[in-house]
Amino acid sequence: MSLQSRILIIFAGLILIPLWHIPFWSISMSAPQYPEGIGMYISINNIEGHNRHDIQSINILNHYIGMQEINKEEIPELRIIPWIVIGMIAFAIVAGLTASQKLLASWIVLFVLLCIAGIVDYWWWGYEYGNNLDPQAPIKVPGMSYQPPIIGTKQLLNIKASSWPYWGSVFMMLSISFAMAARYIPGRKL
Amino acid sequence: MLTTNKIITGIAVLIGSALLFTGCPSGQGSLLDRGDAAQKTYVAPGEYDEFYAFFSGGYSGQLSVWGLPSGRLFKNIPVFSQDPESGYGYYEESKPLLQTSYGFIPWDDSHHPHLSQTDGIADGRWIFINGNNTPRIARIDLQVFETVEILELPNTGGNHASSFVTTNTEYIVGATRFSIPFDADLDVPIDSYKDNFDGAFSLIKIDPETGKMELDFQIIVPAYNYDLARPGKGKSADWIFFTTYNTEQAHTLLEINASANDKDYVAALNWRKAAEYVRDGRANLIDAEYYHNYYDKSQGMAVSEIKDNVLVLDPKDAPGILYFMPTPKSPHGVDVDPSGEYLVAGGKLATVIPVHSFSRMLEAIENERFIDEVNGIPVLDYEATIIGEVENPGLGPLHTEFDGRGYAYTSVYISSEIVKWSLETFEVVDRIDAYYSIGHLMIPGGDTVNPYGKYMVGLTKTAKDRYLPTGPKQNHPAQLYDISGDRMQLLLDFPTIGEPHYAQAISRDKIMPNSQRIYELSDNNHPHAIKRVADARVEREGNVVRVYMANIRSHFRPDNIEGIKIGDTVYFHLTNLEQEWDVVHGFAIKGMNNAEVLLAPGQTKTLKWEPKRTGIYPFYCTAFCSALHQEMQGYVRVSPAGSDVALSWRTGDLLTN
Repeated sequence: MSLQSRILIIFAGLILIPLWHIPFWSISMSAPQYPEGIGMYISINNIEGHNRHDIQSINILNHYIGMQEINKEEIPELRIIPWIVIGMIAFAIVAGLTASQKLLASWIVLFVLLCIAGIVDYWWWGYEYGNNLDPQAPIKVPGMSYQPPIIGTKQLLNIKASSWPYWGSVFMMLSISFAMAARYIPGRKL
Repeated sequence: MLTTNKIITGIAVLIGSALLFTGCPSGQGSLLDRGDAAQKTYVAPGEYDEFYAFFSGGYSGQLSVWGLPSGRLFKNIPVFSQDPESGYGYYEESKPLLQTSYGFIPWDDSHHPHLSQTDGIADGRWIFINGNNTPRIARIDLQVFETVEILELPNTGGNHASSFVTTNTEYIVGATRFSIPFDADLDVPIDSYKDNFDGAFSLIKIDPETGKMELDFQIIVPAYNYDLARPGKGKSADWIFFTTYNTEQAHTLLEINASANDKDYVAALNWRKAAEYVRDGRANLIDAEYYHNYYDKSQGMAVSEIKDNVLVLDPKDAPGILYFMPTPKSPHGVDVDPSGEYLVAGGKLATVIPVHSFSRMLEAIENERFIDEVNGIPVLDYEATIIGEVENPGLGPLHTEFDGRGYAYTSVYISSEIVKWSLETFEVVDRIDAYYSIGHLMIPGGDTVNPYGKYMVGLTKTAKDRYLPTGPKQNHPAQLYDISGDRMQLLLDFPTIGEPHYAQAISRDKIMPNSQRIYELSDNNHPHAIKRVADARVEREGNVVRVYMANIRSHFRPDNIEGIKIGDTVYFHLTNLEQEWDVVHGFAIKGMNNAEVLLAPGQTKTLKWEPKRTGIYPFYCTAFCSALHQEMQGYVRVSPAGSDVALSWRTGDLLTN
């Protein structure tokens, strides 16, 4: 493995560190009554409002349709995923230090699998929130579910919900790009 | 034949002029001008005005907030008067604000708002306004647009020459309009005026960080009427100027007896020197009861502090702090131009507008050009201080503001007009009608060192035929003028609230970025606040029942309460748990002898209720808060005294018993 590749895979790991502070996904809700905007950011370890109290306001809106409260304490992934990312960082560093092409290839495969798992998990939570509604909810629209889109925009009653990657995803893309470069762009042999 | 012709001509002229006077009430310019005016005042839906304007409410006791140039009303801020709309002055947290040494005074006559200043420019932190009747000064916090402090002034009868701030908000000034005995309870014949009555200037110190007011000291002055005041600026920033009338010292039929003298005075006070004298111990501490009421933002609650003395400085013991400048005739306003050099007095019965020069005043003091002395106060020679007299200013000049381009604008009451004149030549260059009988006028920043000089507002006293008639008593009008060109142009004419006396305006950039959207629940330290729905409860302690009630879309918690008895005093401690901008809840209960109350997001307020009849009392949210606002309601059951109905409360499921 070239020095260039070893540095690249280590970078691929280290560049994941900002994910603790930078959300990788954002859901924006637009409605006539919210000119100031309302929405939430999703990070590997946190869910927070675009503005300080948005989660509370979203929950207040959601209670009319009987959606369960979004409470980050009740989402175990927010405690598990950081450890997985720490694992991936450590893995990348080990791959770089040992200069093992096998570890590097495994890292890439694992990264892709984890991303797919993440998307599935995200879809599952969206399905839960959107479909598992309190039957006593004041607002019941027959046939209506409130699952937000994974990516893109969807009209949910008066609210247009948009779900798009946020800056944290750029770091993920950079990470996988570095790893691919380490794997496939040949450098000078040591 | 000649006579017949004359008669016919005379009739024709009469008919012609009658048409002229009745045909067009506004008589303003051509249609083209009006189109132009519409464009200048049009603020498209969703767009913002350039200026916030604050109009005093006069006898409404309030302060209204407007947009310029649109003339749109944004808000009416309750200050000195109870406001059943918001519950201000009714809910327990606000009641201490209206306490005075004369008890609870639920109204006042608010006259002169003044924005806090930094370096002679309005900074948008606070706005102060005086209560003329029971002498007070209030401070409104412009992050939340709410009254947060009211200070009573002792030894004062009508705090009219107020609430003007010095150029760095070091002090606010107050002064007595009606001289009275300093001992407020002194029982003496009114005709002992000259022996027992005195005037007072009040110097109120402002905490530069918090804005909190403190009556630093008063100055005892001759028993005249003190009408208006203006701190100097620039070179004159250490001085405050006051107008006097009734230097005749009349105490009856003032319209005749106080109009006898050819000249009254503009008083010039060196406040910095006076404050030094006070620090040096030259003032006397005298007994005086007055209230200082202030609101603790974090506690969400006002408290009253009762003061019992005040430092009083006598000019006899403090040479060089106070001078009188003779000024014709019963002057009303005294206004200082942006450079601080020209002191313009509006002699309301005078035929000219006298302009004093600050530097000439200093020279006259230096050269001791005194013609008299009153109570240790030197009277300066008129010729020594005057620098110009504006001729032909109309009848009854009152107040002057400045455009920063060398022109002054004076409101003229009797001839109902505004005259524009040059600070160089002291000649009138333009005049425009006011509708009708103008009092104050206001140029945004026109009283500061840096006027915006684009618009001018005239605040007039009678509407007569200006709008669709609304009975014998109509609201007072305001007019907006464009003053950016050589000629003043009328843009807008709109009714106001109460009787605006003075007004202030400030660029939106100084206020908009700091305007608060919610009260943070985490900062709410109200002793009876609840932070979570789960903390909602009812507690009894003897006859006192405290309901800790949560308000959140779209219900109250608790919403069923039983076990209240006749003879109980019930406190509804209401907390709006919302943390979203402008999501307001209200609370009202049948038979409430008090008021309803509105709660901003994150606020806690308390309504006191003493039910007199048994039965079921519905309560509900008064603010249309949400789609299920109509469902936001509840019931209180009131049982006879001595009944054994247990105290219980619930929302949905039974919470507790």
